[in-house]
Amino acid sequence: MKFWDPRIEEMPKEDLQRMQYKLLKSLVYRLYSFSPFYHDRMKEQKVHPDDIGKLSDVHKLPFMFKRDLRDNYPDKIFTATKDDLVRYHVSSGTTGKPTVVGYTQNDLNNWSTSLARGLTSIGLGRGDVIQVSYGYGLFTGGLGMHYGAERIGATVLPTSVGNTERQIELMQDLGATAIACTPSYLLHIGEVAEKMGVNIKKDTQLRTGILGAEPWTEGMRNRIQEWLGINAYDIYGTSELSGPMFTECAEQKGFHIWSDIALTEIIDPKTGESLEAGEKGELTITILQKEALPMIRYRIGDITTMEEDICACGRTHPRIQRIQGRVDDMLIIRGINVFPSQVEYALMAIPEVGEHFQIVVTRKGALDDMLVRVELNKESFSDKINDIMKIRQKVEHRLRNSLNVNADVELVEPGSLPRFEGKSKKVIDKRSM
Amino acid sequence: MDTKKYVIRQISIFSENRPGRLAAIAHALGEEKINILAFSIAEANGFGVVRALVDHPEKAHDKLLSLGFNIAFTDVIAVHMKDQPGGLYEVAKILGDAGINIEYSYAYSGKEGAVLILRVDLVEDAIKKIKNSGATLLERSVFH
Repeated sequence: MKFWDPRIEEMPKEDLQRMQYKLLKSLVYRLYSFSPFYHDRMKEQKVHPDDIGKLSDVHKLPFMFKRDLRDNYPDKIFTATKDDLVRYHVSSGTTGKPTVVGYTQNDLNNWSTSLARGLTSIGLGRGDVIQVSYGYGLFTGGLGMHYGAERIGATVLPTSVGNTERQIELMQDLGATAIACTPSYLLHIGEVAEKMGVNIKKDTQLRTGILGAEPWTEGMRNRIQEWLGINAYDIYGTSELSGPMFTECAEQKGFHIWSDIALTEIIDPKTGESLEAGEKGELTITILQKEALPMIRYRIGDITTMEEDICACGRTHPRIQRIQGRVDDMLIIRGINVFPSQVEYALMAIPEVGEHFQIVVTRKGALDDMLVRVELNKESFSDKINDIMKIRQKVEHRLRNSLNVNADVELVEPGSLPRFEGKSKKVIDKRSM
Repeated sequence: MDTKKYVIRQISIFSENRPGRLAAIAHALGEEKINILAFSIAEANGFGVVRALVDHPEKAHDKLLSLGFNIAFTDVIAVHMKDQPGGLYEVAKILGDAGINIEYSYAYSGKEGAVLILRVDLVEDAIKKIKNSGATLLERSVFH
């Protein structure tokens, strides 16, 4: 089956936008009338539901941030009563209080529908065995994927995370054809399988990976696909939007964001202004159909680009590209937005240098200067200065191509750059010192 | 002709251009009781390459590698020069006439006279041509 819901998925763009406008209009009226939080927000912004006369008037509406959820912990801005709530999910609070998301039955249905369309678009359906190795529990990954997979009539193997050897045994014995987990956990599974003498490519029926919940790269995709003999698809979502919600289609060219579920904008994180299709900026989403915890112009903080053209798969809904970074990490170098993750991706494609790096930004007169320090790999070291200079030029050239701004490169000794755990502080901005 | 005995193992070490790096390398070699017979530093913007002939290249390699240095072996040759005006010219002319391109070179003047150390692309060819031109090559055993 090619489409889960061809009427919606192939709907002409004008019709989709008309649908979005109607949904937006009724959402705004409902929230203005019944939600004190949104009512006050709109008043502050001096916007009334009557001011929304066309889809692009969404720009008049106030933004919403993660801090709004934290400030209203746990459920002060919910717009459904306990009678109608059927589930909570709670996201871990790495920087303060956790955030709580509530769901009505319709909210869960929309979430599963969104995933059902995505899973169908990558060729999954009845007869498939989908091993869900995302964590089950307060985290949205496990249960979200579980119900999405059940919706398309696949058989769910709810292994959750951990006990990897058993996961591999069950994958073999029950003939899992797809696995949903983080890309790093799949790599771990691959390694453990090798140690057990199990060749995922030959000894299992696995052919699809639905991978997400952490940033990964095209390089990792290629490695996973080649090594494990599967097609690996990216999936996107955050708990505020419901959970993992949007997947790539078989084209592997970005996540389809279903227009009847979400209205997507890409904005300039500094000015809040909307950007054109293809321009890089902050992903901002309005969930058009959410009952328990509506989101208007929610600024997720992820940086990406959006494509509006019709996908080769036939779907008319916009696609957003792989997340390129977080707003919090953004640097402005001579007016150009630069993300450490872009530097990381560029460096990963250059075998002569290591993966660790440090960005040092200084100001000389009126000009910003960016220096990228990266370790020269042992295998690439030559006693000839010229060879090393060539490597440096190569790195500078690649960085310039991917950042659109000049960066000086300093090659440093292996192991000399500081190693960080998790979200690292790789930027030294001396302009502010 | 046995050219192998003239191939000398130089150690080449990548070093950031900042205070204390040479001291770190020298200290490590001293600790291992490794003697440096000849050495040079090539510098570029931000980094340098330290090149040295030592009496125990393997030991030096392992020690510096264990300290995290980028280190490699490079094959070089050493040509005897007269320690007097025109000595370098004589050797350089032989190489030029023989069509041997020098990647880099450094020299020292020691007990056995002046010595020019050469890094060339085609080591074996260079050894044969230098021998045929009548110049004296130093054997590896002189160094290690």
